[in-house]
Amino acid sequence: MMQRTMQVLSATLCALLLAFPARAAIESYDFETAEQEAAYTRLIAELRCLVCQNQNLADSNAGLAQDLRREVHEMLTSGQSADQVVDFMVARYGDFVLYRPPVQSNTMLLWGGPFALLGLGLLVLILFLRRRGRDTAPNIDEQQLAQVRELLNDAQDSAEPPKK
Amino acid sequence: MIPELGHFALILALCAAIVQAIFPLVGAQRGIASWINVTRPAAQLQFLMLAISYACLTHAFIVHDFSVLYVANTSNSQLPLLYRISGVWGAHEGSLLLWALILALWTAAVCWFSRGVPKAMVARVIGVMGLISIGFLLFILLTSNPFERLFPVPPDGRDLNPLLQDPGLAIHPPMLYLGYVGFSVAFAFAIAALLSGKLDSAWARWMRPWTNIAWMFLTIGIALGSWWAYYELGWGGWWFWDPVENASFMPWIVGTALIHSLAATEKRGAFKSWTVLLAVLAFSLSLLGTFLVRSGVLTSVHAFATDPARGVFILGFLVVVIGGSLVLYALRGPKIISTGGYGWVSREAGLLFNNVLLVVVCATILLGTLYPLALDALGMGKISVGPPYFNSVFVPLTVPLALMVGVGALARWKKDNLIGILRRLGWAAGLSLLGAFTLPYAMGEFDWSAALGIGLGLWVALGTAQGFIERLRHRKNKLAALGQLPGAFWGMSVAHLGIAMFAVGVALTSVYSVEKDLRMAPNEQYEIDEYRFTFEGVKQVMGPNYRASRGFVRVDNLDGAPVTELHSEKRIYLVQSNAMTEAGIDAGFTRDLYVALGEPLGGGSWSLRLYHKPFVRWIWYGSALMALGGLIAASDRRYRQFARRAARERGDHAAVTA
Amino acid sequence: MGRFLLPLAGFALLAVLLGIGLTLDPREVPSPLIDKPAPDFTLPQLHDAEQTIGTADMRGEVWLLNVWASWCVACRQEHPYLVELGKRDLLPMVGLNYKDKRNDALGWLRNFENPYNVSASDLDGRVGIDWGVYGVPETFIIDKRGTIRMKHIGPLTPKVIEQELLPLVEQLQGEAA
Repeated sequence: MMQRTMQVLSATLCALLLAFPARAAIESYDFETAEQEAAYTRLIAELRCLVCQNQNLADSNAGLAQDLRREVHEMLTSGQSADQVVDFMVARYGDFVLYRPPVQSNTMLLWGGPFALLGLGLLVLILFLRRRGRDTAPNIDEQQLAQVRELLNDAQDSAEPPKK
Repeated sequence: MIPELGHFALILALCAAIVQAIFPLVGAQRGIASWINVTRPAAQLQFLMLAISYACLTHAFIVHDFSVLYVANTSNSQLPLLYRISGVWGAHEGSLLLWALILALWTAAVCWFSRGVPKAMVARVIGVMGLISIGFLLFILLTSNPFERLFPVPPDGRDLNPLLQDPGLAIHPPMLYLGYVGFSVAFAFAIAALLSGKLDSAWARWMRPWTNIAWMFLTIGIALGSWWAYYELGWGGWWFWDPVENASFMPWIVGTALIHSLAATEKRGAFKSWTVLLAVLAFSLSLLGTFLVRSGVLTSVHAFATDPARGVFILGFLVVVIGGSLVLYALRGPKIISTGGYGWVSREAGLLFNNVLLVVVCATILLGTLYPLALDALGMGKISVGPPYFNSVFVPLTVPLALMVGVGALARWKKDNLIGILRRLGWAAGLSLLGAFTLPYAMGEFDWSAALGIGLGLWVALGTAQGFIERLRHRKNKLAALGQLPGAFWGMSVAHLGIAMFAVGVALTSVYSVEKDLRMAPNEQYEIDEYRFTFEGVKQVMGPNYRASRGFVRVDNLDGAPVTELHSEKRIYLVQSNAMTEAGIDAGFTRDLYVALGEPLGGGSWSLRLYHKPFVRWIWYGSALMALGGLIAASDRRYRQFARRAARERGDHAAVTA
Repeated sequence: MGRFLLPLAGFALLAVLLGIGLTLDPREVPSPLIDKPAPDFTLPQLHDAEQTIGTADMRGEVWLLNVWASWCVACRQEHPYLVELGKRDLLPMVGLNYKDKRNDALGWLRNFENPYNVSASDLDGRVGIDWGVYGVPETFIIDKRGTIRMKHIGPLTPKVIEQELLPLVEQLQGEAA
């Protein structure tokens, strides 16, 4: 298992040798319409660079990232839609390439989770407040109560100020 | 010789930590005064040894001792002095040593600044911190020794990652660690409370300043990281929801919940077991972050060179520390009784609401960060979860939180009237709505996200102002009254203002930033909003350990008035041969102008990235205000007053019983 | 007592997950092309640019596609095993020379032996993208009907060749075309 990990690491290292991670990739692509350019900007931000340590296509200077940006540009300027570009990438690289996880059976818990958690949290809060509100009587130690009664009785009997 | 001294000091530090853990904890449990008295000397010794050890490593860096493996991997003969000093924490082994040093520093600080705290409590707190120190020191000595030697000695080092050769990034890890490790104090107080069974207002009062200061450092550390990413990485972004970023954000969120919960525990004796749990969780998340960064379990640009063997050790450590404390919580938690009732509308209820939302946000981030791992572990596929997901879920969760800030801060303890509160805030609501629907037009065109951000920011800011208005209303001398307002109130107000600024900055920069990648020939111009950018060409320059192409871009207003001259460099660092772009930024209170040089395209033309980013600085100004608020709150003189009084009383007591 | 155990229970689950995580590789991207038709391509041959080689040419046989390049260090690691496999002549081996210079590639094969029946020149990497290549080396096994049946990411080892690759090849060769 460890050896396999090492192998994969060294293989991807190979790709990385071409790829210097983390410098902004600045290309001057031309687009026919502003919508195309906006779609391009959004797509390269939401597609993952597969050979990088967690970067999107926009930020990466890796060879593969440059190639994929070129693909996205060509597909958009040839009239294909953003959805088609996404399908293209997923067909080749799987869901891993999407930073926006698709809403499907294995991501239901992911997309629904936060709201379920919020609902659960608010429910717990409401139940807690209700229970709390009911027992507002302070906890008094029985022994202390008896002592206080005694002191008060003493004060009444002796008509002297109670000892502190 | 000196590295060996450093190694030896490290071993001595471990011995001191063992003494520091065992004697105080057992002493406090059994009431053995002489064992409790070992606390301070042991803690101070550990700190001294670690300081020596750290100094030895720093010395090795400064004098270019490449016979030390860590120095050979992380430094270079051309590396400027500043980065030789900051390079000490530039990779795994050294950064762990810094962690351990900072832990020892906080431990010593707790020893020195705990006048008002009973000795047994201090002993327990220091003892628990000692246990954590043992774990870290063992980890360093057994798996990550920074003093390992390298023979034959290489002629030169492999250089510090150029990304780290930057002042902002140099200071970011120490700030973060001060925060992470600072939460260990809160954690130790919580464990001490569980162990002793003593959990009262005094306990909360002792804990608050430490927690506020730790939170302050973590805020600064995260903000620094975000700011650095913005100006260094060249993509104009400031947060990527990277697993390691999330790992630093989660303890911050729980820490925020903790400082709010502590307020109720101190003032009203409420939420005691919940506060204890939050303190345990905050530090647990810090430790989890340590695991995530160094184990290789998640992919991140921030990850240190990873080694699964180290991951196993850290996981074991996590199981012992977090598992152990949660077992203790399960056993002793039910025995903690909170006092005082409160109504549906009260400050307590507001704080509870705040806590619930913050915990849900933290759980959501944890879900998103670990989900790909969970799916992979279950064999259910391989997915990525990135900014589109986090941004989608984060905003709906934080909007109610922001709405609550104004209301909760004004609500009275125990019981208040909702209609009354809303009436007091009516003007703030009105102005916020007005601002939300009019101010976006000043930025260009109307946008709902911008309106939301502006509206919430105004709501929080004006609600905070209402707090001041109410407190000063019946005072004749307003200025003097301001000075007399407690530190806790000032701290809260400043921090909340920071939130308002932050929200506005995020909203406006997300909506109204303009970015353009384009090809420019010398003297070519491009207009963005009210600015004109003119490319003036590129010159070759030499730096201390790099050579660069420096591009010049002049920026003018559309009417021709000059604004600034921006330089951007494309550097090649000589040792590791990596290329890096330094952006040229004109920072402004209401906007940034940003230029990054791309590639030469022939004929003197270059690809360039131009940005106009309105209000982006408000993100970090807001964060700075939050941190400042934490500092002010921690310096509330009540803490010092009580400490003095308690020390006096203890002094009197000693005189009587002597 | 119950609700005080919840945090511990939650942490226990987390610890188990993280423990499993230590055995996984977060960078490995499994291929969605397994059991899908191999992407079509026609590329010039490395040794004779006038000739082409493509998926269609291999229809009817079980074959191996190995993505390699002269600049790839890990490829050097697996190369001797590929050469040895080539000598056993069990199935046709097609090389996909990925984003490489022709002269460099030819020189590399001359120096280290050529295990491939034929190599295709993928100069700009487009065919690589179609096959979901993201790191070099990668190896594919395609059956007689042109369906990808296996993808190995990273250098091949004798263990992988003997225990995974060859048994699969044998099974596939028994299938009808």
